[in-house]
Amino acid sequence: MVDFRILKAADSALVIEFGAAIDRKTSERVLALAETLTNAGLPGTTEIVATFRSLIVNYDSLLTTGRELEQAITALVKQSGASSQVRQLWKIPVCYDPAYAPDIAEVAKTVGLTVAEVAALHAGTQYHVYMIGFIPGYPYMGDLPAKLRLPRRLDPRTRVPPGSLAIATSMTAVYPHESPGGWHLIGTSPVRFFDPESAKGALLGPGDAVKFHSVTADEFSSIQLAVERHEYVPDSTEIAA
Amino acid sequence: MIPVLKVIAPGFHTTIQDQGRRGFQHVGVPVSGALDRNGHILANALVENPLGAACLEIIGSGPEFEVVASSVRIGLVGSGGGLQIIGRGGPLVPSGQSARLTKSEVVRVRLSGDAFCSYLAIEAGFDVPLCLASRSTYTRAGFGGLSGRSLQSGDMLHGYADDVARRDEVTFSEPRSLGLDQAIRVVLGPQDDYFTAAAIEDFLHGIYSITSASDRMGFRLAGPQLAHQSDYNIVSDGIVAGSIQVPGSKLPIVLMADAQTTGGYPKIATVISADLPVLGVRGAGRSVRFESVSREQAETIRRAEHRRLMNVIREIRPVNARGISLEALYHQNLIDGIVDANV
Repeated sequence: MVDFRILKAADSALVIEFGAAIDRKTSERVLALAETLTNAGLPGTTEIVATFRSLIVNYDSLLTTGRELEQAITALVKQSGASSQVRQLWKIPVCYDPAYAPDIAEVAKTVGLTVAEVAALHAGTQYHVYMIGFIPGYPYMGDLPAKLRLPRRLDPRTRVPPGSLAIATSMTAVYPHESPGGWHLIGTSPVRFFDPESAKGALLGPGDAVKFHSVTADEFSSIQLAVERHEYVPDSTEIAA
Repeated sequence: MIPVLKVIAPGFHTTIQDQGRRGFQHVGVPVSGALDRNGHILANALVENPLGAACLEIIGSGPEFEVVASSVRIGLVGSGGGLQIIGRGGPLVPSGQSARLTKSEVVRVRLSGDAFCSYLAIEAGFDVPLCLASRSTYTRAGFGGLSGRSLQSGDMLHGYADDVARRDEVTFSEPRSLGLDQAIRVVLGPQDDYFTAAAIEDFLHGIYSITSASDRMGFRLAGPQLAHQSDYNIVSDGIVAGSIQVPGSKLPIVLMADAQTTGGYPKIATVISADLPVLGVRGAGRSVRFESVSREQAETIRRAEHRRLMNVIREIRPVNARGISLEALYHQNLIDGIVDANV
């Protein structure tokens, strides 16, 4: 069954694409292949980046050729089964208090819920990290409960503060640094999602799972202080893929 | 951490760059590194460094430094300008030639305006902490290089040596061609099927100019608009340096060294790896025309270009006291009957 295609990015990368859908099944195939290719260590490959429905394999054209890699990857796609990688489930504190959530009242009104109901609905769902992109450490997580799905804001902000918890379409995310952004801001997390001084760079990786829990403004402040002192790491447990 | 150069004037946009940050794109970290990877390599070669050592990338206008180490050897590559050593008098030390400076001397980098970016290497390299396995500065998120930003007046640049040996200074056997009029070669795709046939034709036959809204992240082009067949959004996927994305404005943006790792616009074509440095040295106002090649051609060109670059490095040769290259004279058979077997 051939249900993938390989696209070219000149002599720099190959894109292995599984359709055009954003869903868990497609994401699991992407993550499984990323794992297979990483383990295979094909000569000349430099980096493998998983995205929603495809993965991009960067290579050095002095060390291999696109044709050789295409052949090797095609064989591996056919063998690639389910991902066996151990995943992390992260428990992330968020303050949904309107003082920390500039758009939550408007979102609540638009979807016909109370602010508390929006917070409860958002925190009551476990999310899958599809990919990291846009800016360093920015996790695209899904899927939002159908009730909370809204298009992006008509007027994107030029400055979204770091830690902002955001929603748009079927996705939720946290802005790791200040950045422009067009998503609805429904909370703030005191957790550091990107730290260039750390070995991994980002807290979350593609395939991780995330569950948010509501904290008060006081709890937010004390966690934030601990984060600044490098004394706080959010709870995580290992889960099966 | 040995203090080597004190920044008197930072220039317009001067940053520490190496050959890039690999292994973190899956968590959204751009590769960064020199816009002109070849210029960066050649600057290192001039001062006998490992070719991936951290250098200064100089954009827009040249910085000025005071030497605070006992001595330092500097090499500048890129622009047709050179190093003005204040107080020494005499002509500039031309770009593409190494020079040894001693404590308290002041050196000003003079750019001639032909190259968008130039590279300044010091012997043994600049010493900044590794950040995510690279010394490259990524200013947008504020990490890498010197405090994650471009140089400021008063900054101290550190190196690995307080003193460098006297030896013959060196230069390249040929002046470097920047290829400013050369076509930029691309391989169509990955999403050329999102565009009309007319758009592909216009893209390959039009002349574009690089607008002033261009930076290390991407060069925005003005020129013929490129119509999408229908939608101009795709499900976000991976990006490489050289990806040419076309958003709703229908005008192409070539993503460069600080390219974001993912994007949601269709990419009509991708610049071949050998031509990334050729595009990197063109700044705002320069024109660009594209030429389509196959991936196999791109790979052949890359290998040839690499051999050429290594040859340029092998042919680095001493400059004599009068600034005349003996090697060049040998080359032209003006002295004796020496025949270079490699020619």
